[in-house]
Order: sequence, then C-alpha cells, then structure tokens
Amino acid sequence: MSKHTIHVTVNGVPHDEEVDSRLLLVHFLRDQLRLTGTHIGCDTTHCGACTVIVDTEPTKSCTMLAVQADGASITTVEGLERDGKLHPLQEGFYQEHGLQCGFCTPGMLMTAYGLLSHTANPSEAEIRHAISGNLCRCTGYVNIVKSIQYAAAQPR
Amino acid sequence: MIPAPFDYHAPGSLAEAIGLLQQHGDDAKVLSGGQSLLPLLKLRLASAVHLVDIGRIPGLDYIKEEGGYLKIGGRTRESALERSDLIKTKYPILHDTALVIADPIVRNRATVGGNLAHADPANDHPATMLALGAEVVVTGPGGQRTIPIDRFITGIFTTALQPSEILTEIRVPTPPARSGGAYVKLERKVGDFATAAAAAQVTLGADGKVERAGIALTSAGPTPVKATDAEKFLQGKTPDAATIAEAARLSGKAASPSADRRGSVEYKREMARVLTARALTTAVARAGGR
Repeated sequence: MSKHTIHVTVNGVPHDEEVDSRLLLVHFLRDQLRLTGTHIGCDTTHCGACTVIVDTEPTKSCTMLAVQADGASITTVEGLERDGKLHPLQEGFYQEHGLQCGFCTPGMLMTAYGLLSHTANPSEAEIRHAISGNLCRCTGYVNIVKSIQYAAAQPR
Repeated sequence: MIPAPFDYHAPGSLAEAIGLLQQHGDDAKVLSGGQSLLPLLKLRLASAVHLVDIGRIPGLDYIKEEGGYLKIGGRTRESALERSDLIKTKYPILHDTALVIADPIVRNRATVGGNLAHADPANDHPATMLALGAEVVVTGPGGQRTIPIDRFITGIFTTALQPSEILTEIRVPTPPARSGGAYVKLERKVGDFATAAAAAQVTLGADGKVERAGIALTSAGPTPVKATDAEKFLQGKTPDAATIAEAARLSGKAASPSADRRGSVEYKREMARVLTARALTTAVARAGGR
C-alpha cells in the first residue's frame, strides 16, 4: 500500500499530512485532523451526514480518498462559524428548530452552504432538490427547509 | 468500512495513465469520479492492487458540439450535464438522465464516462446513449478507437474496453430538426437504482411521421436493452396515442428483468411498458409533434 504526502487547506488552515492510499477523506478529517463535526452515518454514500465542501462542491467524504483531495480546499461544519458568531445557516437551524437528534445536521448545513453559494435565493423546490441526498430521520424536513430559507433571507 | 490496501497513482497525462495500465494489467482499475468504484472497494465486492486516478489529467472534462456531434469528455461530471444550457435546450433526454442519477451530491463527483464504463445494467446513461445512437471513444497504447454504444457494453459490468484502454469521450450525433427525447425512471427514492426506466429519442419528418426512433431500457436485463421491435414499429408512422401504446407494448416485451426487492419480473416488465409510453409521449412533444 502506497503512502502519500498531501497538501490540503481545511477551513482556511493549510496542512501537509502523510496518508495511506486507502484512507477515506472522512477518516482523515475526523481521525487525523480531529475535526469530528463531520459525521459518519451510513458509510455507503446514501445518507449525506459526511458531506463537506471540496473546493466549491458538496461532496460525500466517505466516498472520496484523502489522497484525491491533495491540493484541494475543504470546508467542514467547523469552518462555518466566524469570530464566535454562528453562520446564518447555523442561526437558521437554531431559530427554526431545524434539528432534533442532530446527526444529519453537519451534512445538511454543508449541502445548504453549497446551495446558497451558487443560488442566493432558492425556491422551496430548489432547496428540497438540493438536500435530496441528505437523509434526516427526525424532522420530516419541513423545519430544515425553513432553516435554509431563514439563512437565504439574511443579508450577506 | 475501509477498502483493502492498494497502491494509488495520479498520472498527469493520458499517456502516463495508459502506461500504468499496461504495466499493471488486470491488477489495475481506473478511478474516475469514484462514486461506484469506491463503495464497491469499501464493501470489498471489488478489489484492485493499483488504482489509476484519471482525476488530474487535463482535457477530459468538456461538453461541446463539433463536427456533427455532441462531444462529452469521459471525466465530465454529471452535475455539469445537469447545469449545461446546451444539454437542457438541445439534449433534454440527457438532462432528464443527469437529474435522476444517484443524488445531487454524488453527481458533483460522478462522471458520465464512469457511468458507462462501469456497465451496471441499473446505470442510467447506457440506455439514453443507446436511444441516442451514441458512440464512445477509447484511448489505449495504439491510439484511439471508436465503439458504437451497442457494442461497447458486452455483459453485466463488462465492456469492450481492453485492460490498458480508457474511455475518453462520448459522441452523440447532433439530432436533426424536429427531434426530441426523454428519459423516465421509476425509483423508490432519490438515490436508488431504477426499478425500471425508459429512454426514447425520436426524429419526426415534415409530415409529422417518425423518421427515427431510439428506445432503450434500464434495469431490464444483464445489459441495457434496445427495444428494436418497438423502434421498427414506429418507423414511418404518425406517433398518435394508439401507435405509442403499441410501441410501448413491444418495448415491454423486450424487457427481461430479474425479480428483487424492487419488484417481480411481471411488475418490472409492466413498468417498462408504462415508462416507454411516457418517454415516447414526452419525446414526441419535445420534437414538436402532438
């Protein structure tokens, strides 16, 4: 098995790390960088709990090798808060009761972050389409949609 | 779940990638978007001693019209098809298809070439490419060769690719005026494989009669199924409701699905019929017919 030195920027912080070829991005983030906000749910590319932003696109980090991220800029849920202030999406999930158990929340937040980065004012249908690869077993999605709408309505 | 150990290679050019494939033969697998291969490696349903990642090779990611063809680079992401205005307006069957492959996050990494080269009979692109009469360009040590899509997929998870070849381009003949297509998929939920799905692409003559019809089915057998009897039946006919119904019946007969938790053989064959009728109706409407 080959080992590789990768250079990645995670939440604005550059890292040079040695990784095994088979190390998954989600394990790299959680175990090697100790950024445990990104969750492992189904581990089979279905649930979206492990979603992070790779360069500009939401990506299921259980289905990408860490070595494939060499040179990439990654944003995880830990990168949303700025100077002790919640991101409008986090504020929205808080205000609109967008979570219950919280397990899917990091993935929901990052998918919504990806959506708002290219569609500033999404319709309800666009929001529902965007989060269709993220499973939530608690909320029934209604409050998640409201939470994302809350964030979209904030001045940015 | 963690894949079994492998060596990872990230060639910077096509020549380098082909060299690695020549060197490692059957021990090597090509990694494109990884959205099918990595889950298989994690579940240990597949194994590789060497992974050759084509993700860093420039010039494999494009959507353009040129020389009478729509040309799609082998490593073009499904999300790029989904967002392309050219695809939306001129190749709606491909837009329909991109929209129902896996889920939006998976589509950010999944590639069109990977969807074809993986040759899963439940994958969506093989049927649409059959309906469109596409061909694939593969590049190997001896240069390029072009393979019609109906000769590219040879069996379940099996293609005409040699171990040292890479699928580098998909070519779809630019449809003439009065053409339209549609892809209709039945899935239990977003992200599921098709219970059944039908692709239809038609070209109408000035008299409104069918000049060309391409019909193909997903999840209808060990390979994607081209409904040739239905295609022939439509030729030269006005595509009214009764004609579409008969073509759909012939298409359903061409399906030989297997029973699984998504449904029985009878149910899936019936769905192939129903979905063919819907795809044809939309295709004809998009072609400007009634």
